Amino acid sequence: MIALLMRDLRLAFRAGGGFGLGLAFFLIVTTLVPFSVGPQPALLSTIAAGVLWLGALLACLLSLDRLLALDYEDGTLDLLLTAPLPLEAAVSVKALAHWITTGLPLVLAAPVLGVLLNLPGAGYGWLVISLAIGTPALSVIGTFGAALTVGIKRGGLLLSLLVLPLYVPTLIFGAEAARRGAAGLDPATPLLMLAGITLATIALMPFASAAVLRMGLR
Amino acid sequence: MSIWSYANPVKFLALSTKVQPFLWVAAAGCVIVGLIWGFFGTPDDFRQGSTVKIIYLHVPSALMAINAWFMMLITSLIWLIRRHHVSALAAKAAAPVGLVMTLIALITGAIWGQPMWGTWWAWDPRLTSFLILFLFYLGYIALWEAIEDPDTAADLTSILCLVGSVFAVLSRYAVQFWNQGLHQGTSIPVATGERSVSDVFWYPLLTSMVGFGLLFLALVLYRTGTEIRLRRAQALRVRAEREL
Repeated sequence: MIALLMRDLRLAFRAGGGFGLGLAFFLIVTTLVPFSVGPQPALLSTIAAGVLWLGALLACLLSLDRLLALDYEDGTLDLLLTAPLPLEAAVSVKALAHWITTGLPLVLAAPVLGVLLNLPGAGYGWLVISLAIGTPALSVIGTFGAALTVGIKRGGLLLSLLVLPLYVPTLIFGAEAARRGAAGLDPATPLLMLAGITLATIALMPFASAAVLRMGLR
Repeated sequence: MSIWSYANPVKFLALSTKVQPFLWVAAAGCVIVGLIWGFFGTPDDFRQGSTVKIIYLHVPSALMAINAWFMMLITSLIWLIRRHHVSALAAKAAAPVGLVMTLIALITGAIWGQPMWGTWWAWDPRLTSFLILFLFYLGYIALWEAIEDPDTAADLTSILCLVGSVFAVLSRYAVQFWNQGLHQGTSIPVATGERSVSDVFWYPLLTSMVGFGLLFLALVLYRTGTEIRLRRAQALRVRAEREL
């Protein structure tokens, strides 16, 4: 498992494109928002938390089709399928690698971009915490979507159509927590719900992803 | 004679072609009677005027939009557990019908909401979860279209249906938490049986709901039959090519 994780991480870092692309996308989305809604600081500070959450979610989505497609093309997935390691574990490791290369940088970059959007001072901590709790769920759910579309040519758009509705609960609770934090309210309830969703998806989604992969590769 | 004998496509087709004429007539009858009775045979509401009558279209379609997904969930489970092709094809056949029902519910709701709430759309929990349901239907149908091998497509869409159901329920509660609603509660709570709707409105509504249910059943049977015949034609074509 660790070997697989290290392999995925090395590939992400060295192969170029995957790592950092999500971050750049996040930055660009955040830059475009003031162009589209106007530069008024008051307006920006009210929508900052939500926009950052949406940007992080889209950046996560962007890198999903690379998650399994490359391994599918060069046959690594078939090897994983026959490996002694259960496919559920392999899929979980893939999701973890995706989170380390995409989710974690987004979490760390979010406060910096928060400055650009005039996020209120109280919001920074809660934004980081809610993203840190929520992005693993995005990776795990995204892995399921990637597993569904792995054998399909030009599955990228379909992947978004399938995954985005599944992201709704995570986005609602995550953005709500960040928004409440920024407004100085108590964000405990949405944070707990968010943590519940994340833990449940981490526990259950690998089974669905592995089942889908087995069917798709049969 | 168990219900599973209808997993045989031949038996299924024989029964469904025999039942369908009656279903179509009954569905058309119920829908027409329910709608005409509702539109012309009931008094106007003292505050809402005649706009209230859209309920005879709105409530039944919303009801079937949700039940269609339930039906897909059950047939998907049957496909995953017992591998009956008819079941998978029925799920495939039901999806577009459910999609249209969702669309009807959303549009009639908007038409009613404009004069009553003063807005076509509000980010109310019920409205939002219906919109999300609509997206789920879209994704489900798109996945069916995208995969070439029919058995793999049935497998993957079944799992998507199961996972999607969990997330649809989750989204329902999430949006409820997220925003308080504008949409009124139900007037016909099934659990307690205490209707707040007078019989004058209730019977045409019930007729219309039964009609939509029958219509859904007839459409699904018809479309499933089409899918089975398509599959058969495909098999024949493959065989013919092999003999050439």
